[in-house]
Amino acid sequence: MSILPYAVAVWIFVVGIYGVVTSRNLIHLAVCLTVVQSSTYVLLLAIGYVRGAGPPIFDAVPVGTRTVDPVVQALSLTDIVVSVTVLALILALALDVHRHSGTIDPDEIAEMHG
Amino acid sequence: MAGLPHFGHYRGPYGVVLDRLAVPERHVENVVNATTYDFRGFDTMGEEFILFSAVTGVVLLLRGGKPRRHREEIVRSDLVRVIGGVGPALVVVLGLWLVAFGFVTPGGGFQGGVALAGATTVLFVTVGYTAWSRFGDERILDPIESLGAGGYVVVGLAALASGLPFLANILGFGTPGSIRSGGSADLLNWAAGIEVAAANVILVAEFVEEYIAPKVRARR
Repeated sequence: MSILPYAVAVWIFVVGIYGVVTSRNLIHLAVCLTVVQSSTYVLLLAIGYVRGAGPPIFDAVPVGTRTVDPVVQALSLTDIVVSVTVLALILALALDVHRHSGTIDPDEIAEMHG
Repeated sequence: MAGLPHFGHYRGPYGVVLDRLAVPERHVENVVNATTYDFRGFDTMGEEFILFSAVTGVVLLLRGGKPRRHREEIVRSDLVRVIGGVGPALVVVLGLWLVAFGFVTPGGGFQGGVALAGATTVLFVTVGYTAWSRFGDERILDPIESLGAGGYVVVGLAALASGLPFLANILGFGTPGSIRSGGSADLLNWAAGIEVAAANVILVAEFVEEYIAPKVRARR
């Protein structure tokens, strides 16, 4: 089943996109977008996984021991930081929308502005 | 499938090279942290400023109309108050440990910074707004965040000033496995930790102020 982890990443991505498309609430939409982004963590870590290898930390094991890929793990870290900043900005925008139009339903906001 | 490696059989060139170089050349045992603050240190500076500008954006979007006030809040449960007092202290120790030993064991500036910010959030949940708001004061947090973001650049410029490339290690490499093994990359690690902790507390503070404000308004 070497395809399963990639299939999981695709599934999380599609589920998140479905949530974004059908969302009737900006807060819900922001959470769905975070779910979409979570699929990239699974994808990155699945790519870097090496069967039977340890973590890329040579505290207790000698140099040269096979480890999972450290680069994708550092990239996942960047990914998570970007995810948090995007979420914070969208939530702030949602609060601002609510302050100005009194609703956080994307359809109602569209109606109000024609 | 689309050029992806078979699961569990990754043979990418960079990871293997970094695994071989981190301990002999850079004297650090945590290769993920070495990648973040040493091999990819320049990218991480950009990443820090993504966080910095996002926090600035949130503060600007939510600015105004939030006078600081002290609400009467009494958490009645003694048990919750005790947990609220002890819990954050433990989380702060955990956060500092994650940052300090980032080059030795799993952890690093980003992970420890988030733990430090989480400690103040626990305080808000368990003890209440009044106790928490002392830590959520932007007059204290803004300079700390700037110290974290600016400190990273200053360490980079210090390398330039001493005739080395930007962000090059100026302090030299320590003994692998020791707390100072990262050299000046360890300073970058701490700068990121400070930046991430302050940024996250500011974000929580902005949203908590929004959450508190309408309730007080409605009561009038």
